[in-house]
Amino acid sequence: MSERREPKPRPAPIADPETEPFWSAAREGRLTVQRCTVCGAAQLYPRWRCLRCRGQVEWVDAGGGGTVYSFTVIRQNFSRSFRHLIPYVVALVDLDEGPRVMTNLVGVEPDDVRIGMRVRVRFEPVSEEASIPLFEPT
Amino acid sequence: MTGTLAGKAAIAGIGATEFSKDSGRTELRLATEAVKAALDDAGLAPSDVDGMVTFTMDSNDEIEIARSVGIGELTFFSRIHHGGGAACGTVHQAAMAIATGVAEVVVCYRALNGRSWSRFGAGVQRRQPIPNADGVHYGWLVPFGLLTPAQWVAMFAQRYMHVYGASSVDLGAVAVADRRHAANNPSAWFYEQPITIEDHQASRWIVEPLHLLDCCQESDGAVAMVVTSVERARDLRQPAAVIAAAAQGAGPDQESMTSYYRDDMTGLPEMGVVARQLWAQSGLGPEDVRTAVLYDHFTPFVLVQLEEFGFCDRGEAKDFIAGGAIEIGGRLPVNTNGGQLGEAYVHGMNGISEGVRQVRGTSVNQVGGDGAVLVTAGTGVPTSGLILTSDN
Repeated sequence: MSERREPKPRPAPIADPETEPFWSAAREGRLTVQRCTVCGAAQLYPRWRCLRCRGQVEWVDAGGGGTVYSFTVIRQNFSRSFRHLIPYVVALVDLDEGPRVMTNLVGVEPDDVRIGMRVRVRFEPVSEEASIPLFEPT
Repeated sequence: MTGTLAGKAAIAGIGATEFSKDSGRTELRLATEAVKAALDDAGLAPSDVDGMVTFTMDSNDEIEIARSVGIGELTFFSRIHHGGGAACGTVHQAAMAIATGVAEVVVCYRALNGRSWSRFGAGVQRRQPIPNADGVHYGWLVPFGLLTPAQWVAMFAQRYMHVYGASSVDLGAVAVADRRHAANNPSAWFYEQPITIEDHQASRWIVEPLHLLDCCQESDGAVAMVVTSVERARDLRQPAAVIAAAAQGAGPDQESMTSYYRDDMTGLPEMGVVARQLWAQSGLGPEDVRTAVLYDHFTPFVLVQLEEFGFCDRGEAKDFIAGGAIEIGGRLPVNTNGGQLGEAYVHGMNGISEGVRQVRGTSVNQVGGDGAVLVTAGTGVPTSGLILTSDN
């Protein structure tokens, strides 16, 4: 087998005008969600308008707690950004505020992850400019 | 049959290259060979063709193939997005063009060197650094290392299995059926290579809950078909495979492969949209289907499709498929060509060819009777489906 090249950092999120507030808050260690100023529904990922009633949205801090909705344990990945992390857990977490977010579960053995497990956010820097929300069991 | 589309058009010819891992030729040449073979099968000349349809993902422009094959003027050309979800959609487009008089003879095709030119299953390894809709979409997946089709499907499968109590052995029943059928099919990559459920369980994890043998292969190859009116098809070389129904579907809150933000993640609502239209157009129901080609890039969605089409209730596909029910001789043989797990991954187009062979009575795993044949396209994406019947 040929010698493996050095791992690369995780790909950083690409912020656009609609998602920039989320990633700015993440850099400060705050998890935020959009809330509709009309119907009150919370949503992620960010959109221009509320997906339920098309009302205007505002950004609010989330509590940081959630529940695992689904997950997968990745046992094979050729990406230089991820293959050194194998096995790693990608999960969908339902935040207590409602929205579902994509994340990695950390601080837990992959074999111990269960749907319905309670988790809490922690942030991991992926570059000088960006941090991403990861979750660990409470 | 009801509506202005049902029963108006037929698949009159099918063609394909060999299915391999290294074709040694360009995708353009593969497409050209398959299109010519489909015309020969129908007994039509290139000059008879006035319409062409393919996938947005196909690298071969209609006009390039027209030039290569000797097709002249075109009055209709169209492309469908969303990967394998386009497969039956190409025939749907062709049937609409024929039903409306926009075209008389339409060729549908897909060619890819999905193994030798690229690794089709590698997914999204590079992104354009611009925040267009695709870039934003993948921006929520890529930082967390969810990059490939297998990984995207695994997230659905875990939830489905949790809610309904399905197991990896249940998924394996799909792989065993496909490979049993492929073992009889000289065109299949896995010809004469059946597997057992023990082989499935012993195969390595790719991404839990998917073993290697839950994942389809990557293939080089091309498939094409010729669609024309039922009246014209009657005068051609082969028995007509009548398009009794054709439909596309996208669901609410739809994403391409990652519709994770719906309230429920255990169904394929977009396939439900397709199913309702197919039953309504054809006037048929699940009990009228003799055999089905259900898109099988990964095993779990075969179970979900059986539920969306009403062959069984929600969560009961694991019981429906038990005991060889989807194998030849069972109550609903599925993927009699070996499917994409067993024959080849040509983005669902080889499944349509198998549907045609079942109507003609020429499948290597022929299912008896004269009932309808159901064919579906890609799962997890906006998709499409067909019901094919014989002409009587």
